[in-house]
Amino acid sequence: MPFRSYEHLLRLAAVFLAAAAAFLVVRWLLVPPDYGELGSYRTAAVALNQARAISFAGQAACIDCHTDVADARKENAHAHVSCESCHGAHAAHAADPAVPAVKPDPRKTCAICHTPNAGKPAAFKTVNFREHADEGPCTACHSPHAPRF
Amino acid sequence: MSADRREFLLQTGKLLVLTASAAAAWDYVVAAQPEKAPGYDANTHWWAMVIDIEKCIGCGLCVQACKKENGVSLDPSYFRTWVERYEVDPDDPEHPIVTSPNGGYDGFPESTLADKPGVKTFFVPKLCNHCADSPCVQVCPVGATFRTQDGVVLVDKEYCLGCRYCVQACPYGCRYIDPTTNTVDKCTLCYHRITKGLQTACVEICPTGARYLGDLKNPNDPIHEYLRTHKVQVLKPQMATHSKTYYNGLDGAVR
Repeated sequence: MPFRSYEHLLRLAAVFLAAAAAFLVVRWLLVPPDYGELGSYRTAAVALNQARAISFAGQAACIDCHTDVADARKENAHAHVSCESCHGAHAAHAADPAVPAVKPDPRKTCAICHTPNAGKPAAFKTVNFREHADEGPCTACHSPHAPRF
Repeated sequence: MSADRREFLLQTGKLLVLTASAAAAWDYVVAAQPEKAPGYDANTHWWAMVIDIEKCIGCGLCVQACKKENGVSLDPSYFRTWVERYEVDPDDPEHPIVTSPNGGYDGFPESTLADKPGVKTFFVPKLCNHCADSPCVQVCPVGATFRTQDGVVLVDKEYCLGCRYCVQACPYGCRYIDPTTNTVDKCTLCYHRITKGLQTACVEICPTGARYLGDLKNPNDPIHEYLRTHKVQVLKPQMATHSKTYYNGLDGAVR
């Protein structure tokens, strides 16, 4: 038996179609084109996180030029301490040697690690700086590149 | 003789090519143009971090280096990595005293329990665990937090709404709202460094080697041997986050 009237159904279908089309247009406008390529995120966000200049040049860049210090440090207690642990961030200096490197404080720098603290591993060498050497610089007796105790 | 010459030419040629490509790569590293940094394929890496608690001296250099490298807010002070000190008093072992003055940025003052016999004191560096199944990624309503193909959990700061769902979802407290952008911020595992073949700032700077950045997809990485020969643990394994930050010598007191 045929429908006596179906115009209202067509009208309803048109409304649904218009809504679906509107949804697709809005979605196309709002969702970035690279969204979902690799996962539920924008592919461009990866490059966004990569695009930052470095501050620490890294050990390899330091010993590229300072081979003498690298050789002196090869076999001692500080052999595995990175240059920039004491000297600070020097990417600018590594990129352009004309940018001056900053000398670390000859006492405070040592104290960062070698101040006694109950939490430090027993094997780690610490010293009471005040009792040991009043106010003088540690480098007067110790060489940080070839430390001896 | 001719074979020797051929050998010499081959070696010289190789050396020239290698030096030139290394120089080119370094130029891009300095200019911060990673998209041009040659030779990085995210599909061939799966980054993980190892932290050796038995080596940590609580100097705070990692906290300082992280802030410097990533421009993390100093005032008010927020942290992508921080160091905690645990003091387990034998009179009350169930309630360890956990302190982290300014995140350990300036090191730690001597413990008030230092002279009490039997107190166990140790440092625990913390950072984003870069979970393989991260709750923060799951709750983000807009896809602004995601895990890359090389296993690093990153934030799309241009897309983040600042809704703070992920801050609540992280079981390790590794996220905060960046006051300058009002979007979420966290450790990126120095993604701008590791994709250029450098160490993360905290690993680079650690004077005792308490931190190690490993690539689990590289069969020659010493991390495999390390994980095999040491008794390692992750934080909150019951959360099933599949954390990739492995702790050696992790005490039961650490939560």
